[in-house]
Amino acid sequence: MPEPQPPRPPQSEPPGGGRAPEDGAVAATGMGGAMDLATSEGATLEGARGPDGAGPRDRPRSLWSDAWRDLRRNPVFLVSALLILFLVFVSLWPSAIAPGNPLACDLAKAQEGSQPGHPFGFNGQGCDVYTRTVYGARVSVTVGVLATLGVAVLGSVLGGLAGFFGGVWDAILSRITDIFFAIPVVLGGLVLLSVVTSSTIWPVIGFMVLLGWPQISRIARGSVITARQNDYVQAARALGASSPRMLLRHIAPNAVAPVIVVATIALGTYIALEATLSYLGVGLKPPTVSWGIDISSASAYIRQAPHALLWPAGALAVTVLAFIMLGDAVRDALDPKLR
Amino acid sequence: MLLDVRDLRVEFRTRDGVAHAVNGVNLSVDAGETLAVLGESGSGKSVTAQAVMGILDSPPGRVTGGEILFKGRDLLGLKEEERRRIRGAEMAMIFQDALSSLNPVLTVGAQLAEMFTVHRGMSRKDARARAVELMDRVRIPAARERVDDYPHQFSGGMRQRIMIAMAMALEPSLIIADEPTTALDVTVQAQVMDLLAELQRELDMGLVLITHDLGVVADVADRIAVMYAGRIVESAPVHDLYKAPAHPYTRGLLASIPRLDQKGRELYAIKGLPPSLTDIPPGCPFNPRCPMVRDTPCRTEVPPLFEVAADRGSACFFWEECLHG
Amino acid sequence: MGRYVIRRLLQMIPVFVGATLLIFLMVNVMGDPVAGLCGDKECDPATAAQLRREFGLDKPVWQQYLTYMGNVFTGDFGTAFNGQKVTELMSTAFPVTIRLTVVAVLFEIVVGIALGVVTGLRRGRPVDTAVLVLTLVVISVPTFVTGLLLQLLLGVQWSWIRPSVSAEAPFGELIVPGLVLASVSLAYVTRLTRTSIAENRRADYVRTAIAKGLPRRRVVTRHLLRNSLIPVVTFIGTDVGALMGGAIVTERIFNIHGVGFQLYQGILRQNTQTVVGFVTVLVLVFLVANLLVDLLYAVLDPRIRYA
Repeated sequence: MPEPQPPRPPQSEPPGGGRAPEDGAVAATGMGGAMDLATSEGATLEGARGPDGAGPRDRPRSLWSDAWRDLRRNPVFLVSALLILFLVFVSLWPSAIAPGNPLACDLAKAQEGSQPGHPFGFNGQGCDVYTRTVYGARVSVTVGVLATLGVAVLGSVLGGLAGFFGGVWDAILSRITDIFFAIPVVLGGLVLLSVVTSSTIWPVIGFMVLLGWPQISRIARGSVITARQNDYVQAARALGASSPRMLLRHIAPNAVAPVIVVATIALGTYIALEATLSYLGVGLKPPTVSWGIDISSASAYIRQAPHALLWPAGALAVTVLAFIMLGDAVRDALDPKLR
Repeated sequence: MLLDVRDLRVEFRTRDGVAHAVNGVNLSVDAGETLAVLGESGSGKSVTAQAVMGILDSPPGRVTGGEILFKGRDLLGLKEEERRRIRGAEMAMIFQDALSSLNPVLTVGAQLAEMFTVHRGMSRKDARARAVELMDRVRIPAARERVDDYPHQFSGGMRQRIMIAMAMALEPSLIIADEPTTALDVTVQAQVMDLLAELQRELDMGLVLITHDLGVVADVADRIAVMYAGRIVESAPVHDLYKAPAHPYTRGLLASIPRLDQKGRELYAIKGLPPSLTDIPPGCPFNPRCPMVRDTPCRTEVPPLFEVAADRGSACFFWEECLHG
Repeated sequence: MGRYVIRRLLQMIPVFVGATLLIFLMVNVMGDPVAGLCGDKECDPATAAQLRREFGLDKPVWQQYLTYMGNVFTGDFGTAFNGQKVTELMSTAFPVTIRLTVVAVLFEIVVGIALGVVTGLRRGRPVDTAVLVLTLVVISVPTFVTGLLLQLLLGVQWSWIRPSVSAEAPFGELIVPGLVLASVSLAYVTRLTRTSIAENRRADYVRTAIAKGLPRRRVVTRHLLRNSLIPVVTFIGTDVGALMGGAIVTERIFNIHGVGFQLYQGILRQNTQTVVGFVTVLVLVFLVANLLVDLLYAVLDPRIRYA
């Protein structure tokens, strides 16, 4: 039991965990606040885990099992995890809770409100809003999950290798990430996707991976550098461990936590980004059923039939919120400073 | 009596339960006197100091009982605004780590001058002049040029001098120094300690010196109070205590100081670890580590502070045995 | 300091070239810039070829890029789809977007920091929890949804504001759009300030300030805030560039004729010169804002010295 005094922040860093200004030409992500949120919360995590570990192998395990113990008791985590499980279920089997056909529309019923069998009413084309909202989950979740996987794999491989080997490749990679950060993300999406005629989800996912990887790469690079400086890693190096072995066995397990947290929060923001691009008319295109498309088309007659906008918008917001809260809860659980 | 702490109790409510940091501490300091409070980390010495100053972190910390009489007034009964006026002006505190205890983004001059503008209502210009005077007084070279420097631009010893200057700015009657030299190099430690002692004599202040270092204590303190698990276990004039400790814990501490005349012998170490403050053992808190322990009464009753001599006390049932054996 | 600025300016060059080249390639390779020039109808092949030669589009892309950038540095940003000079479009569009950004940044500073300070000082209390949940909701609801909803409620249902902003776009009409544009960053500023305040509140120098007998107000404003706001100020600084680029959605919702509007039009009509021109300026704003923030950082935190 240590003396019951509050922990003091280390003074070598600027207060408040401010970023190091020597970091390069640019620092903010330009992806909007939520992305910055993800980045910075991942970064605090990475900075907080100093070289105070007991041993090389039991450390990640105890970190994760401690985190799991915390998470099980955290209502925020439980609620968001249940929501996400429900979303995944709905995207796999939408017909389980929505027997209708999302593409079956009856113009005669356009803009009508709630009625028996159609709890959310009808949209501008007379389609059932409930059915479309349920089916919209599939596209949103698919885009979000695939884009996040792509970003996480590409970003952590590139960032991890750059952080581990350093030198010229690291410098080049840092400049490349700077370039991507300098392009506003919605703008990039508009330019790239405006000329794509394919109506599948792949161009959207491809675009997200293309503009999203630098964010994860920066986090991964940072946490690999932090992990590499740990005493036991230096010891392993002194004992002649080979590079691949060190990277996989000693560094990756310690560097992966911030990436997971940022990726979870990013998943939520990708879902929101897909909807935004669809709203701007360059994301997904009908007949794909997506919340973004429905919100976009409903915005034209928002005065007459606001319900057609509110239901998909609500579903979208709850989904994004669930992923952000999950990431937040995981970060809190992994952050020893808040213990 | 300048400061008279009676039966002080402090608790911290944490996630792991209630930590009993201070459990009935009695202390007193006179003007011009130096009291050393000695103890390991976790013994409650810093918490006692913070409670006296009124700067406990609350929540989670809370004073649950006792009195803190300062110049005859019970500080615990005062309003926060009244206590604030006393802090810094009549009693001041010096912290261990001057680098983190000084505001990194304000110049040392601004931080010193603040004492005069806030407590004395002085103009900025006058306050600044006083800041330079203070820096001179704690013997910081080229004070006039360095008054606009930031804390990180000074050496460790100089920073601690600035902390001392800040504490004595308004010539308080009591100074509490919490491990003032622990963070410093050994050579600088003595200089800073001498400065503190000199200023204390000059201003006839009461000084409470909190430390875990018996070596520092011997030179400057008049009396010593030894703390263990939130209690005073022994209180004595410094020479009496060094000559013949009346508590097995004090004896253990003295025996574990390396001494040149005992070179080659194995150094004594008190076995075991200090108790967790959320789970203090019943009876005498030192009983699991005590070489003189007996089942009764040590494991069943909490020993009171027995009067060993007129100005001396020990919280050991067998203090006589300890004193003479 | 001088050497640091020069080094940073040199570092900005590859980023600037990379970002503009990337956009240039995207617009050029993927779309046909000539298609937009004949209005809504197809161009006949002869006219198209003529136009291509005229604009130098028959040359390799890297030459086109160099020619374009060369022109840009002499102040010639080319011609928009309707025959207007791109610089003319900029001179009407940028003031509007700058006003919108100013409103947004003011919201971030005033509301975001105030909420962050209040919650940071009352961590764990009901106010804190409520604001924290609110920020999460604001972050979760995409900006275009927030915008549409506010437009519906304030503009249509309650008629507090005009649902769309007039061409002059005075400050008064930009308050709600500015709030919408700021919303996500606002929530982030709140959270950042809160974390920073809560962390620094336990700092040793704050304890010293209390031990000096300073009034609580002075402890907070002079000692706690000054330190805690360093990361917040740097965030808001870097956010300026992001806000201007992110204004597309907000400007579309409220029909504001600013940078986002012009970019959107340019992209729809595949007008290379408009898009690349505007993006070039935005990238420059972003880079300069970042540089200024880093220099500001040194002013705010005397421990940082650039060599």
